[in-house]
Amino acid sequence: MFWSKHDLACQEMVELITDYLEGALPRSQRRRFEAHLAACEHCTEYLQQMRATIRLTGSLSAEDLTPAMREEFTELYRRWRSEGD
Amino acid sequence: MHVGVIAAITGPRRGTRGAPPAVDEDGELVARLRAGDEQAFVALVARHHAAMVRLAGSFVSSAAVAEEVVQDTWVGVLRGIDGFAGRSSFRTWLMRILVNRATSTGMRERRSVAVGDAGPVVDRARFDASGAWMSPPQHWVEDSDDRMLAQGLTDEIQAALDGLPARQREVVVLRDVDGMSAREVCSVLEISEANQRVLLHRGRSHLRQALESELGGL
Repeated sequence: MFWSKHDLACQEMVELITDYLEGALPRSQRRRFEAHLAACEHCTEYLQQMRATIRLTGSLSAEDLTPAMREEFTELYRRWRSEGD
Repeated sequence: MHVGVIAAITGPRRGTRGAPPAVDEDGELVARLRAGDEQAFVALVARHHAAMVRLAGSFVSSAAVAEEVVQDTWVGVLRGIDGFAGRSSFRTWLMRILVNRATSTGMRERRSVAVGDAGPVVDRARFDASGAWMSPPQHWVEDSDDRMLAQGLTDEIQAALDGLPARQREVVVLRDVDGMSAREVCSVLEISEANQRVLLHRGRSHLRQALESELGGL
């Protein structure tokens, strides 16, 4: 594909992608970003992969508090209460 | 070193992306805690514990020390709750106390905002001289959902997260695992918005590459 000097190269696209997703690109830059996307299947793929990465990272979740830890923090609270009184 | 406490898989995050999990309910619990309600305290701990251990683990060298920092933070919360003015969310206030406690254990100098690595986020060799893709991203997005459901990807993502430089990991975990807003993250980690974006960008880009290597064969 041929890029004019006002166009963004794919290599620049991958560095701007987070600013794009965060809504932090200036309007003119955003327009150039979107114009490139519309014409470039690889960068469109890359953007989808970044979105998938965010989604997959977000599906990691934490363990719940175990009963033992629940006990431990209840103790911590009671200790603090008795010290404060 | 990162303390690995991320374990299970849940379904897709409900609501809009990045919406914190029911943080507004903290307000009610905080009011009950002020009134001396023990159950409210334990409920607040349960709600925030995992995120706190994760963040603490990024500052200190062992899981045991991370747990200590978390306990210490809750003692600080109990002492300070009457002075909590509600100018920030409870979670932001809580996490700031945690960061202060973790850094006062002397494990790391907070002022340094090193990005952790440098250079382009995608290997230069994958572009031609004009900057166009020569070795374009392999297609894997649909596969990843199936693999995730089959639990096969959890360990890969966790390992990739653990492998990130600490500052990048903190930002990615707070934003993408814990669902904090950019603003909250800046406040908790005391970094600028621009810095937050750079760290997020590098962290997410590394994770994408890790997924591509796992799924796309590159």
